[in-house]
Amino acid sequence: MSFWGQVRELVKKDLRTEGRSGEVFLVTIPFGVLALFLIPLALPNDQDLLRSIGGGMFWVVLLLFGMTLTFRHSESGAQRMLIAMLGVDPVARFAARVISSTALLLAFSAILVPTVVVLYQPVAPPGWPQLSLVVLLVCLGLAAIGGLAGEVTAGLQNRTVLAPLLVAPLSVPLLVPAAQAANSLSSEGSILVPALITLFTVLGVIVIGVLTARSLEEASR
Amino acid sequence: MEHLLTFEHVAVRLGQTPVLHGLITEVSAGDVIGLSGPNGSGKSTLLRAAATLIRPTEGKGTVLGADMATAGPQTRSQIGMLAHEPAVYGELTLLENLEFVARITGRPVARARELLDAVGLKAAANRRANHASHGMARRTDIARLVLTEPKLVLLDEATAGLDEAAVELIATVIERTTNAGGAVILVTHDAAYLDSVTNRRWHLSDGTITEATA
Repeated sequence: MSFWGQVRELVKKDLRTEGRSGEVFLVTIPFGVLALFLIPLALPNDQDLLRSIGGGMFWVVLLLFGMTLTFRHSESGAQRMLIAMLGVDPVARFAARVISSTALLLAFSAILVPTVVVLYQPVAPPGWPQLSLVVLLVCLGLAAIGGLAGEVTAGLQNRTVLAPLLVAPLSVPLLVPAAQAANSLSSEGSILVPALITLFTVLGVIVIGVLTARSLEEASR
Repeated sequence: MEHLLTFEHVAVRLGQTPVLHGLITEVSAGDVIGLSGPNGSGKSTLLRAAATLIRPTEGKGTVLGADMATAGPQTRSQIGMLAHEPAVYGELTLLENLEFVARITGRPVARARELLDAVGLKAAANRRANHASHGMARRTDIARLVLTEPKLVLLDEATAGLDEAAVELIATVIERTTNAGGAVILVTHDAAYLDSVTNRRWHLSDGTITEATA
């Protein structure tokens, strides 16, 4: 089977598995939404403050809860062996993981955005639809970082502790320019520079993931 | 005759621990090798080395003509392995598990249902693997071996906990593999079963193999 055929089958399997286990839709997403509820409850009479922090809260919740989403379902040793023995290219495995995580992160974002709008009532900057491109890039980058961290920690007993420690600092170069993009729009500037920084960060992580996929997969056996 | 598997002074370390050393042997078409040895002697490690899941740390080995140190997915796809734990995805049904294997290895998807029927799982085909018994998951594994037609089959305690019919299915896989010019290495503590299906015996002790007459 071709490389992209393998990717397609792995993505289908991953999303079907997720759909049935409900780990993301029944646990991660509701807790992320709950986190957005907590701040307005703590600051019930300060709508101006809520309005000013709404955008930032979106990125923080996307990072913290999206991070757990990206290394959901650690495969068992037997499942990893199966994939290896079926002759699946480790790069295809990495690509499939990034694509399925990106799809789930976009679904998560699609729920977070209206929640932020309702609870925080942020002022939409002119040209705000452009931010959807930045959200897409951040989701892709977070998925790639999570996929990479998942491979690095695969098979380790303390992976649930180690993986977030890897993902959180690596996500900073994604989130800082993403937050700056929203600020640029608010001051009627262009999002080009922050979007490009985000894009190059995403591409950098993907290139590292592709180049290391084979050796990381082999080390995890 | 070209060997399917060769070990020339192969040693394997897991971390800093030497597990296998000085392995010198070969496997040819038609061989059904029973591998025995005490617990912790390295039987599973030897099978994993033969499957190219771990690499030799010393010596040279070949599997299906490829160098064991560098063999990749292409070689591995011609090797079938049943490990201790059945290799299925719990959230997928038994049929979906097999269909996934069929698709990703480019086999006809319709074969998946036929093979599940053949291994006695017709009624359980739509049961999720995490709701199926160990024996059912193992039968799905066996169907996978038939589906992918590997040239080299590695069975690590594959008969443990199986009923007689399932054990018979494994014997059928062994027969099909050798009839097609392949070979099988089988680890089991069931001496009677080894006697009935193998034509060569390896005993693993102190990290190295001694050949015995089957």
